[in-house]
Amino acid sequence: MTSETIFREYRISDAERSDRSAGDRLRHREKVRESIRENIADIIAEESIIGKNKDKIIKVPLRGIKEYRFIYGENAPGVGQGDGNAQPGQVVGKTGKEGPGQGDGKAGDRPGVDYYETDVTLDELIEIMFEDLELPNLERRALREIPTDRFAKRKGYRHVGIRVRLDKRRTARQRVKRVLATRHNQIAQGLETPKNADGNERRFPFHQDDLRYKHLETDVREESNAAVICIMDTSGSMDTMKKYLARSFFFLLYQFISTRYRNVEIVFVAHHTEATEVTEDEFFHKGEAGGTFISSGYQKALDIIAERYHPSLWNLYAFHCSDGDNFDSDNPAALRAAKELSEICNLFGYGEIKPLGSRYYESSMLNVFRRLDAPNFQAVLIERKEDIWPSFKAFLSKDRVKE
Amino acid sequence: MANYEVQELVEWDNRIREKAAEFGLDWFPQEFEICDHVGMLGYMAYSGMPSHYPHWSYGKSYEKLKTLYDYGVNGLPYEMVINSNPAIAYLMRDNTLLLQILTIAHVYGHNDFFKNNFTFKSTRAELTIERFKAHAMRVRRYMEDPSIGIEKVERILDGAHALAFQCRRNLAIRKIGRAEQIERAVEAAQPRQDPFSRLHARPDYHAPETNKVPLEPDEDVLLFIRDHNPLLQEWEQDLLTIVDEETKYFLPMMETKIMNEGWASYWHKKIVESLNLEQGMHLEFIVRHNQVLRPTPGQINPYHLGFKIWEDLYRRHTEPTPEELKRDGYPVKNGTEKIFEAREVERDSSFLRRYLTENLMRELDLFQYEPRGDELVIDKVSDEAGWQTIKETLIRNVGAGSIPVIKVEDADFGHNRTLYLKHYHDGRDLQLDYAEKTISFVHRLWGRECVLETSLQGKRSLLCFNDRGFSVRALK
Repeated sequence: MTSETIFREYRISDAERSDRSAGDRLRHREKVRESIRENIADIIAEESIIGKNKDKIIKVPLRGIKEYRFIYGENAPGVGQGDGNAQPGQVVGKTGKEGPGQGDGKAGDRPGVDYYETDVTLDELIEIMFEDLELPNLERRALREIPTDRFAKRKGYRHVGIRVRLDKRRTARQRVKRVLATRHNQIAQGLETPKNADGNERRFPFHQDDLRYKHLETDVREESNAAVICIMDTSGSMDTMKKYLARSFFFLLYQFISTRYRNVEIVFVAHHTEATEVTEDEFFHKGEAGGTFISSGYQKALDIIAERYHPSLWNLYAFHCSDGDNFDSDNPAALRAAKELSEICNLFGYGEIKPLGSRYYESSMLNVFRRLDAPNFQAVLIERKEDIWPSFKAFLSKDRVKE
Repeated sequence: MANYEVQELVEWDNRIREKAAEFGLDWFPQEFEICDHVGMLGYMAYSGMPSHYPHWSYGKSYEKLKTLYDYGVNGLPYEMVINSNPAIAYLMRDNTLLLQILTIAHVYGHNDFFKNNFTFKSTRAELTIERFKAHAMRVRRYMEDPSIGIEKVERILDGAHALAFQCRRNLAIRKIGRAEQIERAVEAAQPRQDPFSRLHARPDYHAPETNKVPLEPDEDVLLFIRDHNPLLQEWEQDLLTIVDEETKYFLPMMETKIMNEGWASYWHKKIVESLNLEQGMHLEFIVRHNQVLRPTPGQINPYHLGFKIWEDLYRRHTEPTPEELKRDGYPVKNGTEKIFEAREVERDSSFLRRYLTENLMRELDLFQYEPRGDELVIDKVSDEAGWQTIKETLIRNVGAGSIPVIKVEDADFGHNRTLYLKHYHDGRDLQLDYAEKTISFVHRLWGRECVLETSLQGKRSLLCFNDRGFSVRALK
C-alpha cells in the first residue's frame, strides 16, 4: 500500500483566504463597465430609456467580455442520448440556444452559454454615461454656491457653555470620578472619611470643574443650484419624430445637470409664434400649429430668468430644439435674444432637428446662428437618434469657464 | 452540519484503500482538503489549482458559477481532484458521510487514472503545484512591474487565451524540430531506389525547400508566434509559454473525460459495494450513484457513457454472449486485464472507436441531430444504417475533436511577414463572428497581417486581419 492519505480539516481561516478571486472579479466588473461605456451611444439611441424612472432595469448587451476562440459554427451535427424511442424527425432542441449535446456531452472546450447581457438600472447607466463627461468648469461652482441649511453639529465637550447644553450624564460621571479619587487618597493616607454630625457621610457636592457642556459647531452647507431651460418649437412642422429626438436630448441634459448640482429646476418653454411656459407633459405631447417665431421662445426664457433665476445664484443651462423653420423676418430678433441668453447662461445650445433627408428643402437656422460668436454657444444638427450622444458631448464641451 | 468526524473519514479511507489495492488500482499519494461551498467555488473557478495566475476571466467564471449555484441551477460537485503528485482532492464539508465515502472511492479511481493513463505522462504530476505557483508569481511580477503593468499583461493574456487550444492534440507524439524536418525533407527528395533504373528515364531531381518557415505546418500556434515574432519582449514570450504549458496540462483531462469519469464511477461502485455498508447507507449510495450516472436525455452524460462502456468491456471479456463468441472468438484476456490495459493506452476518441459497440449504442439509444432551420432535428438513430455515422460524429465531438484544427502554414506569406493560417476543414464551418475576433487576437500577438484559410458554406475563403481591420476574401 502506498503512503498514508492526508486529510486536511476544514478551517475557517482557509475559507476566508480562499476568496482569492476577489481581485479578478473586480477586474471583470471593470471590464463590464467599460463595455457598457463603449456601447453607450447604442443604448441612448434605444427609445425605451427616455422618460423612464430611475429604477427601471435595462438589459444592456455586452460586447468585449466574451472569451473568443476558434469554435465550430452551428452547421455541425451532434450526438445525444434518447429515452429509448428516438426516431428520425423528432425535434430535440433549438439552434442558437443550448441544444442537446452541448452540455457535458461534448466534454470538449466548446464555450458554454456566455452571458450576453447584464442588468443595469437607469440610475447606474446615467452614472456610467456621465463619468467621463466632467463639466469642465467646476471652479466656477464656488461662485454660484449659496450657503444654505445652516445647521449645528455636535462636536466634543467643553468646560464652559450655556445652561441648556449641560450634559448631565457626563457631569455626574466627573463627580463620581472625583469622589473615588478623593476616597482613594484618604485611604492611602489613612484618613477617616469625613462624617456629618449624625454619622452619615458628608455630602460631596458638584464642583465647577465637573461641569461638562455639549459643544456644537455650526456647519454651513453650500448649495449649488442649476436651472435647465428647455425651449422647444411646437409649431406645426414639428412632428412626433422630431419631438422624440428633442425629448431624448432634453432628457440627457436634465440627467446630466442633475448629477452635477444638488438642486436642479427644470423649465419648459414651448413656442410657436408666441411662447408659454408649460408642464413637462404638455411640452412633449401637446401638438400645436402655426408658424414660428424663435425669438418669442428666447424672450420668454429671458423673462423667466429675470423673474426667478438670477444668474448670480443659479447655474443656467438653456437649450432650444427646433426644426429651423423660422420666419425670415424674425431672424435678427432671434439672433439678438440668443446673444443675450448666451451671455447669462453657462451654456446655451441650439439643436436643429432634421430627420434624414429633410435638410435639403427646409430653411435652416444654423446659418443664422453661425454669426453668433459666443464661446458657450453651440449649435448642433441632429438627423438621427444616433446623433444625439455625439451632439450632446459637443454641446457640453462648450461649457464656459467664467472667471 | 455534517454527521461525521474527520477521524471517521480516515478510518473509511483506510478500508477503501485496502479494497482499492485488492482490486489492483495504483495511485499517487492522496491528500484531501475539506472545504465549504465558497472555497469549492473558488477552486472551481481556477480549475482546482491552489495557486494560479490572476486574470479577469477567472473572476468571470467565479461569478457565473456563483450565480448558477445561488439560483439553484447547478449544484456543486461532490469533489474535485487535480492531477498532481500527491493528488489533491477537495471534499465538500456539508456532504453526508456516505457521500464522502463515495467521493473518496471515486477520487482513487481518478487518481489511478492520472497515474497510469498514457496521456497524462506528459503532465509531470510531481511538479504540478509548484509549476502553477511559479506561473502565478511570474505573472504577478509582470503586473507589478511599473514598466509593464496589468493592462499590458492582460493584453497579451487575452490574446494567448484565445489561441491557447490551438496546439498539438496528442502530446505523446514527439514534436519534430526544424533540423530533423530539414533532414526528412532532404531524404524525401532523394530519388527512389529503382531496380529498373536502366529502363526508366532518370527522374528529375527537385531540390527540397528548406528555407520556408515553418517547414511543415505547425499546430502549436502560440509557441510558433513566441518563437518567430522578433518584436515580442521577453516577458511577453514568457506569458505565451505560461499559457501554453497550462493548456498542455489540461489537455489530457479534456481528451479523457469520458474514460476518466467512467473509470472513477466504475470503481467507486465496486469499492463501495465491497464495503458491506449497513442498509441505510447502502440505499443512500444507490440513490446518489444513480443521480450521478443517470443519462441526460438529449445529451451525453460522460459519467454514464464511460461507465457503460467499461462495464460492457469487462462483461465481454468475462462472460461473452454466444453471438459475441461466434463473431469475436474466445477472449484472449480476462476482463480485469482488459480494462486495466485500456485505461493505460486509450483516450476518449480511441476508446469510443474500439469499445463502443453497435449493441451498446442501441441500448443507450444514441442518435444524431442536425440543425434544420432553427430547430435541432434527429436525423439518424442507432440502427444498422446509422450507427456508424453516429459513432463517427460522436468521436469527432469528444475531447480536442471539438476544437478546429488550425495550423501555421507560412510565416512570411507574400514575402510580407504575413502569418498564413489554415483551417483543416472537416465539414464543420467555423463560427464566423468568433473567428473574426480570434484572428484579431492573432494579429495582436503577431504584430503584422494575419490570414486564415477556411471554408465557409462550401466556398474556400480567406479571413484577413490587418491594420485596416477584418475582411473576408473568396479564394478560387
